[in-house]
Amino acid sequence: MKKLINAVGDVVPDTLRGMAAAHPSLRVDVGNRIVLRAAGPTPGKVGLVSGGGSGHEPLHAGFVGYGMLDAACPGEVFTSPVPDQVIEATKAVDGGAGVLHIVKNYTGDVLNFEMAAELCAEEGAHVVSVLVDDDVAVQDSTYTAGRRGTGATLFVEKMAGALAEQGAPLEAVASMARTVDARSRSFGVAFSACTVPAAGKPTFDLGPTEIELGIGIHGEPGRSRDRHREARELVRLAMDALNADLPFSGDVLVMVNGMGATPLMELYVAYGEVDAYLREKGATATRCLVGDYVTSLDMAGFSITTCLLDAELTSLWDHPVETPGLRWGR
Amino acid sequence: MDTAFFLRWIAVVTERVRAERDHLTDLDRAIGDADHGVNLDRGFTAVEEALAGRSPETPADVLTTTGTTLIRKVGGASGPLYGTLFRTLGRSVGDVAEVSREALAEAFAQGLAAVMKLGSAQEGDKTMIDALAPAIPEMRTSFDAAARAALDGARATTPLLARKGRASYLGERSIGHQDPGATSMAIVIDALRAA
Repeated sequence: MKKLINAVGDVVPDTLRGMAAAHPSLRVDVGNRIVLRAAGPTPGKVGLVSGGGSGHEPLHAGFVGYGMLDAACPGEVFTSPVPDQVIEATKAVDGGAGVLHIVKNYTGDVLNFEMAAELCAEEGAHVVSVLVDDDVAVQDSTYTAGRRGTGATLFVEKMAGALAEQGAPLEAVASMARTVDARSRSFGVAFSACTVPAAGKPTFDLGPTEIELGIGIHGEPGRSRDRHREARELVRLAMDALNADLPFSGDVLVMVNGMGATPLMELYVAYGEVDAYLREKGATATRCLVGDYVTSLDMAGFSITTCLLDAELTSLWDHPVETPGLRWGR
Repeated sequence: MDTAFFLRWIAVVTERVRAERDHLTDLDRAIGDADHGVNLDRGFTAVEEALAGRSPETPADVLTTTGTTLIRKVGGASGPLYGTLFRTLGRSVGDVAEVSREALAEAFAQGLAAVMKLGSAQEGDKTMIDALAPAIPEMRTSFDAAARAALDGARATTPLLARKGRASYLGERSIGHQDPGATSMAIVIDALRAA
């Protein structure tokens, strides 16, 4: 295993120390593993807290700042945070208007955030939780853990964060978060597995011409294995899956996301194909992100996340944002 | 069974989880995200420290401290699930110096119910419940029988299709692999024999 780390057990604290040094706009509590805005809570503003396993950077800590999150709780690599982190973060960001928990739909994240929310409520805090579950590769039924939360988490954090910044009350911010999730879908493809530092070897093995379809963001294998093929076909495969679940129309926000080890050049190749696909369906990619935003350590591959926009969502997307991972308008 | 018994039990679990750490992680690599052994080892190491620093005086204190520490240190799904199991055991045995086999079996039955509720899982979903549930009726008679039932239960998860937890994302591809959560649960129950 060749990784740019010191000791395996220090990966998360070392990452946090580096983020603190690089971004004075953040206040990083390395010991308790909480990343906050240096400016502290904004009085009267709904606080936004998210969190999840480490290894997805810039998600979530890289999205702490004006217009997005107030706090992030990074867990161990690919392991959800513990309730103590979420409780401390919730207290720290409560500006008197309540706190929104943005939770990716994984059993671990759900359970730990649930426990934290219950304890916060017992202490009198006003907390509402919203689940993000955008991954169409997973069958959503009572017989599964439900769809995973992946790329749409960024969209939810951005648009709910913008609405909170404009002074909306907790119920409205939560409702917007649910709307964004309901209009968003994701599909991921892996070319190679990733290596969790503590495990020391790849989470699965892929042959030289094989790919995994329908991967999540934790290095778990996907729904099926297939043969590698040209970008046009791979994008069509992913876009067909998204379109079958929620047909494209009108204005679309698109994220072509690298999983950590895919060249930006190739992501642009994919974006060109996405743009053409949408035109073919009579829809328009009016806003986009191309790059590494919701990663999976050193996995090679990409995911596509789309959100059907309306005027309100577009204006929330365009609202100024100033975080280490996203910045415009300020 | 007194406080010393429960301390020995947790010590054996800690030792076995450490010894089986890579095996559990390998099972999780096949159908999860390759960290189950790593996470449980981190959790029980923290439990070891918490118990050493506290010198608990009752069985309930041992169990509750174990559960609370797992919730605070492990993360993922296994932290809250194992933590809730041990905390429920502690609450159920109550403030007594000695716990009978029947009382422990009853406590485990309550723990099972709490884990099923928290994880919204049933027997046969390919989770830790598949090792826990069959062991409980046997516990009233012997820990050997309970350990056998738990190990059989864990092995019997291999042909199952996962319906809960991270393995469920694999759908049909989860078939043919033993569930890491059921495997670690069998270690926990098997350790009762050695306590």
